[in-house]
Amino acid sequence: MTRLVYFAWVRERIGKGEEEIDLPSSVVTVADLLNHLKTLGEEYEAALQYPEVIRVALNMEHVEHDEPIAGAREIGIFPPMTGG
Amino acid sequence: MTTTPTIRVQHEDFDLQTEIDLLSKGKAGIGAVVTFSGLCRDEGGTLAALELEHYPGMAEAEMTRIGELAITRFGLLGLTAIHRYGKIAPGGNIVLVVAAAPHRQAAFDGANFVMDFLKTAAPFWKKEHGTDGSAGDWVAAKDADDAARDKWK
Repeated sequence: MTRLVYFAWVRERIGKGEEEIDLPSSVVTVADLLNHLKTLGEEYEAALQYPEVIRVALNMEHVEHDEPIAGAREIGIFPPMTGG
Repeated sequence: MTTTPTIRVQHEDFDLQTEIDLLSKGKAGIGAVVTFSGLCRDEGGTLAALELEHYPGMAEAEMTRIGELAITRFGLLGLTAIHRYGKIAPGGNIVLVVAAAPHRQAAFDGANFVMDFLKTAAPFWKKEHGTDGSAGDWVAAKDADDAARDKWK
């Protein structure tokens, strides 16, 4: 099981802040994960419609979309940051 | 002695003078302290509040990483970075950076560097709440912020 956490409008569109899911072995990279999530329902499709703008953190560290997700305990999925 | 950044993510407000005093106490080598504070604007009277969301744990970790980079790069003698979360009304404080160094340029640059990286790498998001009662849009990230960060490379 992998723990996924969502923030800001990604969280609002998916309709939950976190969940634990089983990922198929075909999901290797961050990009694979985002494509897989889009197949889980309309709410995921709406949240991840433009994956190029989505930011991802593995175990609370920023990663690019070609990064393998193997071994990640927690994957954060969110829009570009707007703090400060 | 190694300088470590003071990092806080909190809902509560902060006090500039208190943070300056805490940072500079007992460090006679400090010749310059620069503070930056970011406040919530009212956007011409249309904004009732900004709602700040963050990624607990990662927000602190990213701010610590950025703070350590700034201390090393500019030879800072002290650095404090505080970011608030939750609903903040116009005029309220959002973020504070205090950078201390022997001379002014390092203190200015250190504070500027921390803000440029904080805005583009620390996981915080702003949602607008309007004076008309609407829960409005999430603030969009600006290309100008990425450009400001990239000038440090």
